[in-house]
Amino acid sequence: MSVGGTVKDELAVPPSGEPAPRKSRGEAHPLVVIALSFVTAIIVGGILIAVTNQPTRNAVRHFSASPGKVLSAAWHAVSAAYVALFEGAIFDPHTFGHGSVWHDFNPISETLYNATPLILVGLAVGLAFRTGLFNIGAQGQLIVGAMAAGYVGFTWHLPPFIHLVVAIVAGAIAGAIWGGIAGWLKARTGAHEVITTIMMNYVALDLLDYALKTSAFRRPGSNQAISPIVYGTARLGKLLPSPLRVNLGLLIALAATAGVAWLLTRSRLGFTLRAVGASPTAARTAGMNVGRAYVTAMLIAGGLAGLAGCSQILGGGTNYALTNAVDAGLGFDGITVALLGRAKPWPTVWAGLLFGALRAGSATMQSRTGTSIDLVTIVQALVVLFIAAPAFVRAVFRLRSSSDSGAAALAKGWNG
Amino acid sequence: MKLELRGITKRFGSLVANDHIDLVVQPGEIHCLLGENGAGKSTLMNVLYGLYAPDDGQILVDDVVTTFTGPGDAMAVGIGMVHQHFMLIPVFTVAENIMLGHEDTRGPGGFGWLDQRAARRKVADVSKRFGLAVPPDALVADLPVGVQQRAEILKALARDAKVLVLDEPTAVLTPSEIDDLITVMRKLRDAGTSIVFISHKLKEVKAIGDMITVIRRGRVVGQPAVSSTEQELASLMVGRPVQLTVEKAAAHPGAVVLDVEGLRVVDAAGVVQVDDVSFSVREGEIYAIAGVQGNGQTEVTECLVGLETPTAGRISVLDNDVTTSSVRDRLDLGIGYVPEDRSHDGLVSSFSVEENLVLDMHESPAFAGRFGLDMAAIDANGAARVAEFDVRAESARVAASTLSGGNQQKVVLARELSRPLKLLIVAQPTRGLDVGSMEFVHKRIVRERDERTAVVLISTELDEVLGLADRIAVMYQGRIIGELPGGSSAAAVGLLMAGSVADAAEVVDAPQTTGAAIFEPVDGAEPPEVPGSARGAGS
Repeated sequence: MSVGGTVKDELAVPPSGEPAPRKSRGEAHPLVVIALSFVTAIIVGGILIAVTNQPTRNAVRHFSASPGKVLSAAWHAVSAAYVALFEGAIFDPHTFGHGSVWHDFNPISETLYNATPLILVGLAVGLAFRTGLFNIGAQGQLIVGAMAAGYVGFTWHLPPFIHLVVAIVAGAIAGAIWGGIAGWLKARTGAHEVITTIMMNYVALDLLDYALKTSAFRRPGSNQAISPIVYGTARLGKLLPSPLRVNLGLLIALAATAGVAWLLTRSRLGFTLRAVGASPTAARTAGMNVGRAYVTAMLIAGGLAGLAGCSQILGGGTNYALTNAVDAGLGFDGITVALLGRAKPWPTVWAGLLFGALRAGSATMQSRTGTSIDLVTIVQALVVLFIAAPAFVRAVFRLRSSSDSGAAALAKGWNG
Repeated sequence: MKLELRGITKRFGSLVANDHIDLVVQPGEIHCLLGENGAGKSTLMNVLYGLYAPDDGQILVDDVVTTFTGPGDAMAVGIGMVHQHFMLIPVFTVAENIMLGHEDTRGPGGFGWLDQRAARRKVADVSKRFGLAVPPDALVADLPVGVQQRAEILKALARDAKVLVLDEPTAVLTPSEIDDLITVMRKLRDAGTSIVFISHKLKEVKAIGDMITVIRRGRVVGQPAVSSTEQELASLMVGRPVQLTVEKAAAHPGAVVLDVEGLRVVDAAGVVQVDDVSFSVREGEIYAIAGVQGNGQTEVTECLVGLETPTAGRISVLDNDVTTSSVRDRLDLGIGYVPEDRSHDGLVSSFSVEENLVLDMHESPAFAGRFGLDMAAIDANGAARVAEFDVRAESARVAASTLSGGNQQKVVLARELSRPLKLLIVAQPTRGLDVGSMEFVHKRIVRERDERTAVVLISTELDEVLGLADRIAVMYQGRIIGELPGGSSAAAVGLLMAGSVADAAEVVDAPQTTGAAIFEPVDGAEPPEVPGSARGAGS
């Protein structure tokens, strides 16, 4: 061992002499990149609004006569759409003061209501991701969760609170089993979870279609693919007076977030899951059971997605009845939410709230300005695209990148 | 060609990787660049090769100031680089690889046919001119590493390199291949090619260098004479007196801890990787498994730890049959394991140092309750181990990936030695480590032996094996082809590593070898006798 003097000496310099791949001063914080990705997506979305806006296109036709009109028409279209988006999601001056005080909170309530399943699905994808699994199957897990919770909700008769608890537990277990199958297949046979979870999505979708044709699930007297309505005893209670839709599901989602946060940072199991996710070989060498970790992670992830299904069916997302629209694209938005939240529990909540706001506002935007609801999907997709290609955002905004130059990366591994 | 670096400075943020480095390479000179990992050798060579632009200083080629904007410029003036990891395409032939990037074509414009014949002729020419024999039509993947390296050198020479930079060229070679390389380098030098030889191995530098420049922490700290002792070179390189030879008392082996019988591993492709390997290791001794990389040692190691299940054979530890036990069960029996590839298997790079220090014990009562982790205990353990093992890190909370190789290895070692061990398995414990860390790791391994742990050392480094081992087994093509007592001659072990049993026996039998070293070729069919070491008889 070295003598004391040299120790201090050496400590004065960074532990590795060569530039290790770590954050240098002035490098952009990942949050900045995410925020700028969002801004860029909004700007590109704005261009799309302008291009597809009829008055703006008319103005372009008469461009030589009055060029200024094009800009003003475009500005009008874009600002109107985004203002409506904001009004639908946060605060609406048009309805302010009309009706009860609670009514003024409707946009916020809608945002929270839409965010609830997004947060849960985001956690389902994020937790699996931290274990090194790309869970594309949140859709299927959500569907079977909703089926189980719905079946308990509209078939069984149980006392108020107990009925709700049983329905939620049923939904979570069904989702867990669905996710667990993919985990088990990976652990036992090495089947890639991306393939298996996608296939499990198709199975769940068709299972739902089939179930809605059986007497167990079909609403008596209806020849549409719709189930009976969930009894009041099994519904998630509203947090605010009707008709505000935000419900107990939000509290469940926040509790799940706290639970996942504890699991990942403070628990024995979470340590194993993170180790397996970051380096399966090192985890295996350290005596961890990698296969079991995969199964466990997928069970929990599936359970979380199943809870999202509960929030849909028991929270009134499809008017308390099971239809084949119960997924509502949540399964895939969950991947986006998890990505935006960098697979960390509390940031996932913020990402869920943001996407919830976009969902809530898009309806108002379409009804007031005629801008297609699909625009929001495009903005969401662009956000993901820009986050996935941070080099692009860095280049656009002239941010410093993490490495000295491209050549530095090339030089990696040379006698370093 | 005369090459001069004048006052080269390269900064990365606040870190000065190269601090006013001056270096002159004369025509026809082998100039050794000696320094620890992270001393700035690579950065300097990347500057020379045009990959980094220096913040300050000049590069002079034949006394003319030159600027490189990329490797192409460097190649154009005649600087050739042979990287530590070869830049060859395995499924191409040697000739194809050598011509890659400036192929001869026939036919019109840029869409001509490849002129294979011209390529082969050119390769044969260069090969003959420099006396470097390569089979031009062999696929690179089929060639031994030493020949691949020769092809890499030829690639540079075919582009008229006047200065050849060899980056740690011996790391992947067998002792005899190293001798071949040295011959080749001398030949090239005599033909007028200058060579910059980058290394942290003292023996090689002394054997081959015309000039030695020592770099420490980005600065040139001296140009010692080639006649300096290894001790002097090491001290200069590390900046403090270093002990090169491992100090250890005689071993006193006790009861058998590890017993391996008839181990056989056949891989998925049906290739026999390990063929009927048997040995046993006693408490208080270091049993070394030597051999050139890829002769089955890795598979044996993985079987011992439980990462691989043998096709046949039996492994027992302290009379427990563990042949099919899980890794966890083996760790719980008191097996410690320092894997060959520490950053891949030994550590979770993105985890903090303190998390890595409990990687294989985070579920033990010391660090966890029924469900939760005891963060305070993990914290305290981290601080204690970092201090005890002198891990140079800002704190135990930084990611393991920010540590240098030597410090990462200390973390792995600290973790494994913090459990009470019966059997310690260390694979390539000093690969890529500098002299200072090497000394530390070796001392700890010997200390563990002295605390009555049985130690299995798997190493490709001849010096390490000779310095540490109480008994030496040499693996060749999946078999243990010989077992020698500690203190055997380098020649004997080296020849066995090259697979020549008869020659090795001759060397061992020769009168100059020390002590009662009796060479026993081990017959693969029957389990070998454990030769009771003469020194161990007392226990």
